[in-house]
Formats: sequence, C-alpha cells, structure tokens
Amino acid sequence: MLLAFPAAAQEAIVAGMSQNRVSITADFDGSEILIYGAVKRDAPPPEGGPLEVIVTVEGPSTPVSVRRKGRVAGIWVNTAAVHVDSAPSFYAVATSGPLKHILSDTDNLRYGITIERVIRAIGISGEADKAGEFILALLRVRTNEGRYRILEGKVELTEETLFRTDIVLPSNLTEGEYKVRLFLLRNKHVIASQERIIGVRKEGLERWIFNLAQQQPLLYGLLSLVLAALAGWGASAAFRLIRA
Amino acid sequence: MQLYLPIAEVSVNAFLILGLGGIVGFLSGMFGVGGGFLITPLLFFIGVPPAVAVATGANQVVASSISGVLAQLRRKGVDFAMGWVLLAGGIIGSAIGVWVFGIMTRLGQIDLFVQLSYVLFLGLIGAMMFQESLRSLLRSRKTGAPVRRAHVHSWVHGLPFKMKFRASGLYISVIPPILIGAAVGFLSAIMGVGGGFILVPAMIYLLGMPTKVVIGTSLFQIIFVTGFTTVMHAVNSQTVDMMLALLLILGGVVGAQIGTRVGVRLKAEQLRILLSLLVLTVAIRIAVDLLVTPSELYSVTGALP
Repeated sequence: MLLAFPAAAQEAIVAGMSQNRVSITADFDGSEILIYGAVKRDAPPPEGGPLEVIVTVEGPSTPVSVRRKGRVAGIWVNTAAVHVDSAPSFYAVATSGPLKHILSDTDNLRYGITIERVIRAIGISGEADKAGEFILALLRVRTNEGRYRILEGKVELTEETLFRTDIVLPSNLTEGEYKVRLFLLRNKHVIASQERIIGVRKEGLERWIFNLAQQQPLLYGLLSLVLAALAGWGASAAFRLIRA
Repeated sequence: MQLYLPIAEVSVNAFLILGLGGIVGFLSGMFGVGGGFLITPLLFFIGVPPAVAVATGANQVVASSISGVLAQLRRKGVDFAMGWVLLAGGIIGSAIGVWVFGIMTRLGQIDLFVQLSYVLFLGLIGAMMFQESLRSLLRSRKTGAPVRRAHVHSWVHGLPFKMKFRASGLYISVIPPILIGAAVGFLSAIMGVGGGFILVPAMIYLLGMPTKVVIGTSLFQIIFVTGFTTVMHAVNSQTVDMMLALLLILGGVVGAQIGTRVGVRLKAEQLRILLSLLVLTVAIRIAVDLLVTPSELYSVTGALP
C-alpha cells in the first residue's frame, strides 16, 4: 500500500475499530462503531497543507429501481423509472473538514469517496428524460431514511497524528460485509489509505428464523400457521377460563 | 421495548405492534372481518416493507379468525355447509386472482392496481352498507313500522342444484354462494385481504342469511383463504415474518375475544353502520393518497440483500 504513494511515502495509517463484527439479535437497535488510528511517520511531518482524514463505511450494494410519479387522469401513478446497477444499502462519510476543501475532484473520482462516486449507474441516460434527477432523488430518499450520511468535521484529529470518529449504524441494518476505508490527505490529495471489514450478521433466534424461512420455506409457512392456530385457540380457551 | 424483525429487517417498538394487533383483533371479533384491509396499510405506515406487510398480515388474520370462530362456535354462529361451499368457490377465484396479479406485476402497475381495487371495492361496499343500515336503523326507530321479511323470493331461488343450509335456514342453489366465494377469493388474492368486508354484506344482502350466522361463517372461510395465502407467500417470496406475526397475533387474539363480546351487545344495524364507516374511512384515505400531490415524487425500490 505504501508503494502506491511514492510522493508521500513517509506517512501511513495504523487503524483500529471498537468491533469488527456486529451481531443483530432480537433487541438490536442500531450500533455505534468507534474507528480510530494514528499516523505512522519515519520522518517529521512534511511541509505543505495540513493533514486531513476521511473515513467511509459502505454496506452491501444491490441494484435498485427509482420511480417517478406523474399525474394521469387526476391520479398519481408511476410514469417513469430508472434502473441503477448498484447502490449501497448504507453509506457514511466522516471527514476532518469540509469535503470540498480537503478532497480534489480527481481523487474523489479515483478512489470513489463520496456517495455519488460509489453508485454505479451506467447507461441510465437512455432510460428516461433527465436521468440525473433520478440519481439525486435516490440520494435524497436514502439520506432521509438515514441510510446515507455525510458527517463533515466529525473526525477528531489531534496533533496531526491521532484521529477518531464514531459511526452510528442504524437499526434497519442489512446483513453482509461492511467495508471501512480510511484515507489520509494533504493538499486535497490522498497520500495513504487502508481498508477494513465489519461483518454484520443475525445471531440467535433471528438467525434461526431467517435460515428456516430461506432453507425450509414450506415448513416455515406451515409452522407460522400452527403458531397462529395455537395462539388463536389459546386465547379463546384462556378467556373462557377467565369468565368461568 | 425495541425489537428487531428478522425478515422485515427493521427494528420496531414491540408494544406498538401489540397495540396494533389488539385494535385490529378487536374490530375483527366485533364485525367478523379478518382485518387484513386495516393491518396491511398500518404496517406500511410504521415502515415494514410492503411485501412483508401483506404476507405477515395474512398470517395474523388466520389467528384472529380462529379465535373469532371458536367464540362464534359456542354461539352456534357457524354454518359449516355454507362455509365449505363458499370455500370451494374461493379457491377457484384465488387461483384466477394470482394469475391476474402476475400479469399486472409484469406490466409494472401492480401498486396502482391494488390501490384502485381498495378504493373501488371498499368505497362501493362501504357506501352500500352505510345507506342500507342507516335506512333500517331509522325504520326500527319508528314504532309500528312494517317488519321486513327475512327472505324475499327472487331469481336466486329459481336456480338448480339446490341444497339445504340448516344453520342458515335456507334452501337455495349452490351457484350463488360459489360465485360469491370466487369473487371474494379473487379480490383477496389481489388485495391481500381475507375478504370479510365483502363476504359479510354479500351473505346478508345476496344470500339472505341471518346475521347471527354470517360473522362465524365468514371467519370460517377466511381462515382457509388466508392460511393458503400465508403458505404461498412463505414458499414463493419468504416474506412472512414470524416474529412480527407473533406480536400481532398476541395482541390480536386478545382483542378479538373482547371484540366478539362487545359485538354481541350491539344491535345488528349498529354493527353494520360502524363497519361501513370504518370501510369508507380506509377507502377515502387511500383515495386521498392517489389524488393529493405527493411530497416526494420519487420512490426507491431495491431488493435489499
């Protein structure tokens, strides 16, 4: 990794996380992950702009459809749709300063740091007029749902050496591997980066129910019916006892 | 108390779900409707994905209907012969409904189709029931008004394949109940509901069944239709959330027991006018959604992993 940045090879990241797995259990109500680290140097800090840090957390990606409603004969109907190849289910960007001051457009494009650069939507311009508005709408809707977050200035940087940030994972989390990326920047250019993985998995009863529903769907459906029947009969019997 | 739902993949307040189940169960016990037409929109509202809401709603309706039917059985309020005949029609209708549902999904307009079905059928049935029950309520207030005859002879009585329905005191052809069952089965596949809100008035006004057996018989048929739907959804799309269903059921079965007892105390006309108002409210609510400019014109649907 160090060799990839010959211009500023003297600075590297040493990073850690408060946890590298998140267990979704029955009482799961979101989770907070502390991502921290230090800058390792062989020499004193170089001259030039100050050191900046960006941390991104990216959930598993899937294709999505974005639909727009239009008025047809007085009622609101889906009239246009755009299909996006891949959009992450969760994405957070935490920075030590305002993004436009610390990150150049070329490096943003190269490393895919902001959410606009992570969403893959190739060839959508042919699908609808003003296809770009559909992408903006996707960002708006998911930001409102708390799935996409920009946390400018939320990375604490001490003495250009130690940094830390807290990323809150929402309660409507999906299972999968969450990719954590850390970037060191000087003069709007990335000088070092590192990647970590957080595994998000359902555990215990949640795991058991999910697996049964996926692997034995008929059994699962019938079991749901049996539970419903038992509960229905049980309540009826209990009420008769109370009245008797 | 927050609880994470394993299939819906959202965290919800357990007491909110229990309360929701309780209210819908209460209404289902009182009116003999499954409550699917209420539970599904309410689950959308608290953030449960639509596919999970529809499938899990069906599972909850099974439980509250069983609880309701057991209470009705003790009052001899179930006409089993009629129930089986309606069910036979229901399965045919449901199969056709699933087929049409598939066509609309491929055309990409299933949401609109479902919403329009809700507005049309709930609005129509609600308005008819409201008008009729208001008229009979006013008539019963007047002293010395002529009592309406229980059975009016009509073309229905001239059809072949006659059968005795002892509990209902009817001797009619099986063709009308099979057709009604099929229509309800069709709509329940399209709208993801049990169909009680259509079945109840159809049995009263079209078949001339006495009100005392209508609710129990409707619940009896709904158990099988929604049970079938639950298993179909579990197998086809894995969208039944057992945890969500259990919470809804726990609230629902208790509510249904209380509802049945309150229902016994109310007059049939009062029950019908209340049910018609409820049905109309839901229809108007959905119609408003279709007519008012939405605050967000765009919607995002993605198969989340």
